[in-house]
Amino acid sequence: MFFLENIWIVPLMPALGAAIMLIFGRRLPKSAVNLCCVGSVALSFVWSALAVWQFTHSGKPMYEHEFFTWLGSGGGKMLYTLYGGGTAEFVVKVGVLLDPLSCVWLLFVTGVGALIHIYSTGYMAHEGGYYRFFGYLNLFMFSMLTLILASNYLMMFVGWEGVGLCSYLLIGFYFHKHSASTAANKAFITNRIGDAGVILGSLTIFWLFGTFDFVKVTEMARAQSAELMGTRIVMLATLALFVGACGKSAQLPLYVWLPDAMEGPTPVSALIHAATMVTAGVYMVARSNALFVLAPETMKVVAVIGALTAIFAASIGLVQNDIKRVLAYSTISQLGYMFLALGVGAFTAGVFHVFTHAFFKALLFLGSGSVIHAMGGQQDMRFMGNLRKKIPTTYMTMLIGTLAIAGIPGLAGFFSKDEILWQTWSAQSGAFRWLWYVAFATALMTSFYMFRLIFLTFFGGARMSHEVEHHVHESPRSMTVPLIVLACCSIFAGYLGVSPSLARFVGLHGETNRFEHFLAPVFENGTESATAESAAPAEGKNEQGSPSEYILMVLSIAAAGAGWWSARRAYAGCTDGVREPINVAAPPVYRTLLNKYYVDEFYDKAFTGRSEVGGVRLGAIGAGEALWKVDSGLIDGGVNDVGWLTRALGNLSSWWDKWIVDGVCVNGPAFVIHMLSYPARLVEAGLLQWYALVMVFGVAGLLWYYVAR
Amino acid sequence: MLDIGTLHYVLVSAALFLIGMLGVVIRRNVVIIFMSIELMLSAVNLNLLAFSRLYGLHGQVFALFIAADAAAEAAVGLGILIAFFRNRTTVNMDEVDLLKW
Repeated sequence: MFFLENIWIVPLMPALGAAIMLIFGRRLPKSAVNLCCVGSVALSFVWSALAVWQFTHSGKPMYEHEFFTWLGSGGGKMLYTLYGGGTAEFVVKVGVLLDPLSCVWLLFVTGVGALIHIYSTGYMAHEGGYYRFFGYLNLFMFSMLTLILASNYLMMFVGWEGVGLCSYLLIGFYFHKHSASTAANKAFITNRIGDAGVILGSLTIFWLFGTFDFVKVTEMARAQSAELMGTRIVMLATLALFVGACGKSAQLPLYVWLPDAMEGPTPVSALIHAATMVTAGVYMVARSNALFVLAPETMKVVAVIGALTAIFAASIGLVQNDIKRVLAYSTISQLGYMFLALGVGAFTAGVFHVFTHAFFKALLFLGSGSVIHAMGGQQDMRFMGNLRKKIPTTYMTMLIGTLAIAGIPGLAGFFSKDEILWQTWSAQSGAFRWLWYVAFATALMTSFYMFRLIFLTFFGGARMSHEVEHHVHESPRSMTVPLIVLACCSIFAGYLGVSPSLARFVGLHGETNRFEHFLAPVFENGTESATAESAAPAEGKNEQGSPSEYILMVLSIAAAGAGWWSARRAYAGCTDGVREPINVAAPPVYRTLLNKYYVDEFYDKAFTGRSEVGGVRLGAIGAGEALWKVDSGLIDGGVNDVGWLTRALGNLSSWWDKWIVDGVCVNGPAFVIHMLSYPARLVEAGLLQWYALVMVFGVAGLLWYYVAR
Repeated sequence: MLDIGTLHYVLVSAALFLIGMLGVVIRRNVVIIFMSIELMLSAVNLNLLAFSRLYGLHGQVFALFIAADAAAEAAVGLGILIAFFRNRTTVNMDEVDLLKW
């Protein structure tokens, strides 16, 4: 149990790497940077794998360990009244929680992270700020692992903020480029909106249960599911958390930052903005599944937002020309799938898609990085073409990634996506069936835009200039080896979670869904009432697979095939110019899609305050100005008026004191006595001879008096 | 030859006393004032001596006491005067008006 009990080392190794890089990195040679940063992440991966292995053999449902109290004294000083009327003390502990859910994330985050670190040593070899890049990457790994291993909401929030910060730093890695720095700002600010939701959600959970601890919250939510079912407070908490998930996982309406995040280096896009960080929202929702099943309305919102995001982003991805932007919109779309799965209660399917998506999307991004590397920085697919002979490894691995994401049977994406589609169709006896049509259309679009990417990049005629064409070369081994490893994962990861209905085709007999079985302790529902009313699918209902499941499966395979066929027809023969079939058919639709539904323009008008109506600025800046006017006019004005009144009263009081109290009562009597004493003072001149003279006259007077008498 | 009687002594004494008194009141210099006081004391002594001729020796004893007293007083007075001069660098009576406080 050595590795399991010392699992805290897993996040600390990248933290150490980051600290060394950001303090001494400037002076270290590249080999030392590689050793330190790649080594720390690789070690993290090995350690995690061993810890997970020990965990699965420990037979316990979870491993939890608390190290020390982080916030709160434990002395009964910070008691708060709870929603239910009781009191609870505000205590937050630093601890780790390893259960099947965190195991899944731990493995693919460290695994994909290690591969992308290795890839980066090749991709970033000729870039400035090498140590800075790896320092940030390690810092990201530390934050992400903190997020995953945290045992309570607040500690998870620390990791949550940490990955947001690293995302900001890495998007703005080329900070001398204006577009990169504004994209970094956009990502950070958009995420802040979501973060507010996470804070509100966490505090509402504390208000409700009196603890931030994941295990306790889950236990209490399951124990009290009858009373809490559908209550407004649970809905509030889950909706607030989902706002946070929308921000971090780029769902409508907060998805706008993710396409712009492609300004960062490509390994960053692969690691942070495709494979790991953006799935943090899914992780949080899955982690809070006991609460979400108690709020059917929130579940509906999650499912609808997920499905809408999926088709919205996929439709934009159909016409984008930047290779990385296509993948960015694809990521948003796939994240939408994950939330759709969560929303219909198929938590396992959602998590499974996160798992498989991490591999093939990281693969696709790294492949696109390899293409960009080969093209000398060119990202526009209209100026690529016919690269499959020149960079064969990249071509083969990207093709595998594309087949996986498009849902071609036998590869990872097929299993997870099909599971989501089937759960959407069947969940709650078909209450969400209309979302299946949305998801199905999205699957068609996904296949189309991915094969469009492949055909534009690797097939047709070469559309680049001659110098560039001459320069095209396969990437170094440090880049291709991670691609090959990820390609293998993209093929085989799906077989971890083969649904029972498919098991017979892949030669697994008598097995239930192993992935689902592994995650079952996390997503089990405590009581019968919760299961009956929740949106979660009943356990084991698809033991053998119904006929409709096979029909849907065939349909989605057909959709993937249709996407491939139409993309091939439209783009495979492009020699000099690219003709967009959508543009030919309906130019306004094409323009709308190309401009991303004008959402950025709309946000710009509605929120950033750059447009005016009658001299009043709109949006957040306008609201800020209005609030400032209220503040300066009403509140500060009131304060100033009160001040003025006080001053006037003070002046009056001062006048009274000066002229009446001091003047009439004190100085007045003094003045009278001063006047009255004037004659007496004349005698007392202080001159000795004057006294003597007076005495002489006095004696003379006395003499005269006695003599004359 | 006119016999010199008590009346003459008393008249001279009164004249001396008046001169001394005028000196005390009019003159500004403290030393002169001291001298005037001595003059007044001398006038009193003369008076005492004149009457001692008629009523016995008590007056002469008193005169001796007054002479001794005058000497002591002059010593103390001059001491005060020197101390005062050191303080104020003046012996002018007009400027010595601190008594009113």
